[in-house]
Amino acid sequence: MSYQFDFSFLGERWPAFAEGAWLTIQITLVAIVLGFALGTACALTRVYAHPLVRRLVGGYVEVIRNTPLLVQIFIVYFGIASLGFKLSADVSALIALVVNLGAYTTEIMRAGIESIPKTQVEAADCLGLSRLQVIANIVLLPAIERVYPALTSQFVLMMLASSITSQISVEELTAIANVVQSETYRSFEVYVVVALVYLALSLIFRVGFWAVGTVLFFRRRRLGAAL
Amino acid sequence: MSPDSAAPPLVRVAGLVKWFGAVKVLDGVSFSLERGQMIAVLGRSGAGKSTLLRCINGLEPIQAGEIEICGHRVAPLDLIGLPRRQNRRVLRQDVGMVFQSYNLFPHLTVERNITLALTLVQKKPRREAREIAIQVLTQVGLVDRLDAYPEQLSGGQQQRVAIARSLALSPQVMLLDEVTSALDPELTAEVLKVMEDLAERGMTMIIVTHEMGFARRLADVVLFMHRGKVWESGPTEEIFADPRTSELRQFIASVL
Amino acid sequence: MVQFNSVHVLYLFEAAKWTIALSLIAFTGGAVLGVPLALARVSGFKMLRLAAAGYIQVIQGTPLLIVLFLSYFGLSIAGYRLDPLVAAGLSLTLYSGAFLGEIWRGCIEAVPRTQGEAADCLGLSRLQQYIYVILPQAMRIATPLTVGFMVQVVKSTSLASIIGFVELSRAGQIINNSTFQPFLVFALVGAIYFVICYPLSVASRRLERRFHVAR
Repeated sequence: MSYQFDFSFLGERWPAFAEGAWLTIQITLVAIVLGFALGTACALTRVYAHPLVRRLVGGYVEVIRNTPLLVQIFIVYFGIASLGFKLSADVSALIALVVNLGAYTTEIMRAGIESIPKTQVEAADCLGLSRLQVIANIVLLPAIERVYPALTSQFVLMMLASSITSQISVEELTAIANVVQSETYRSFEVYVVVALVYLALSLIFRVGFWAVGTVLFFRRRRLGAAL
Repeated sequence: MSPDSAAPPLVRVAGLVKWFGAVKVLDGVSFSLERGQMIAVLGRSGAGKSTLLRCINGLEPIQAGEIEICGHRVAPLDLIGLPRRQNRRVLRQDVGMVFQSYNLFPHLTVERNITLALTLVQKKPRREAREIAIQVLTQVGLVDRLDAYPEQLSGGQQQRVAIARSLALSPQVMLLDEVTSALDPELTAEVLKVMEDLAERGMTMIIVTHEMGFARRLADVVLFMHRGKVWESGPTEEIFADPRTSELRQFIASVL
Repeated sequence: MVQFNSVHVLYLFEAAKWTIALSLIAFTGGAVLGVPLALARVSGFKMLRLAAAGYIQVIQGTPLLIVLFLSYFGLSIAGYRLDPLVAAGLSLTLYSGAFLGEIWRGCIEAVPRTQGEAADCLGLSRLQQYIYVILPQAMRIATPLTVGFMVQVVKSTSLASIIGFVELSRAGQIINNSTFQPFLVFALVGAIYFVICYPLSVASRRLERRFHVAR
């Protein structure tokens, strides 16, 4: 069976793809910022807080990491609607993504925080710094630096996972692809194009993270070596 | 360095007992230290020397005994087994500690290592902190390395920075825990010189060390520890010239 | 609106069986694909290395959902109609093959070079080095990570629901559409996934700890 590839739809439909990609980027960025904040806070709790609180946070992490994102999105979207609250699809999706990324970030940051030698913390303590000061000045930034590759990988994965939000009609890139292919019947071409766009986005994000890394960890840039 | 006998001792330890699980690491340690004196704590590995210092500084909880340092009481564990936080913060202002592994903060420059506590804890303005940093670094001979990172320095230089970092907070007492033990022999001398200089300026110091020659030359009092107890103590020359117990005699013979 | 009852629960368990079946298909297929990929990545032939690396990069940079859509909608328009199960199986195989290949490559490279050199000095050929010295050690390193990845595979089968394959997530949606009790239904769905995945996660961590102790 011969199949004629036809990419002509791009000519007039490309703005739709651009808008979808833009929404994907926006959702991802917000999810990253909020998810990272949540994850770091939880990681600090996991390391420093009262044992009961630690267990609770641990429970949250395990539940999220052992259930599919799709189900989590459904629970947030349909669940909250069933309680009577009117939340837009975008906001529901964002909540689910933030909660999801928070759990993964917690584990990554926890590893980073625990990898800071106790002697560092002890020395800072001996200088009179309070617990909070020690965390802010001695622990956090080096911890982030140590786990930066794992962290940014997770962020890129989150960007790709945002495609799932198309299922609750968030009009991001995948949703746009579904619409266009249903109208043009060029399913193969449409999805190939969208795959390429995602690949490009992955690359852009990775480069972006690398750039942020050189700014944040300027010591590394100066010395040309890792911590 | 004549002790000021009219003033109360700067450091007073009485009947200190510490357990690590089922092992009694410190078994009734007592001593006192006047302002301006240097005590050298000697003994074999495992005798409890480092633990003693860590207890004095509140890094390790104690099970019994009294520690009074610069007028602060270092509290033993309270009722629910937690060390009192407030006490320790105040204590840290007056007691400086330098470790065997220097523990400089690798992600900060030498200057920032020193000014960190000055700005965050003593709330000094950045400019004043910088001047203090320059001052102490000059004292240890490293003012030209202000902007370097720890990993660019040799072990001896890092240790001198660590001493400067503690010194910058103007402590009344400094605890030095085997600060030359991790250094190559060539680098030990520069650190000892800094310590000697500190002593000459009248700093009250408790040092744990294996450098017998240094201890003999500069310490006012020697504490010889064995199996968690103060086996012998007294003025330096007496201890070295006339050790009373066989353990101390063996120890001196093995190191000199 | 139907009341949620035990028939629904049984329906969910039935669907869960399909989730497990699809997971096994995906994992097996992925393993079969992953081994040659990993070996290609460490091989001496530059073209082979680049080809494998290229494939892995493409898969890892594309959402699984798009791969699913490509194999279901894309291929059907091109004339190849695939059953949802087959399409899902194919997509998940391609997907997990790439990830497993990458994981296993890392494990092969984690075996110290000196091991291969020692074997070489004893006269073993390259093939023998791999079979008797390098791969066995790589497999030991790989076990906790592979078990951990199985959790990912199980979770990713949930996306097969989107192309209509009735596994656990789809069953949940179907039930929700008639009972309108999303919290109850999807919490139960989540719980079933949890029961499948959590033991694997725990096993993975235990294996990792044991591996580190042995080292």
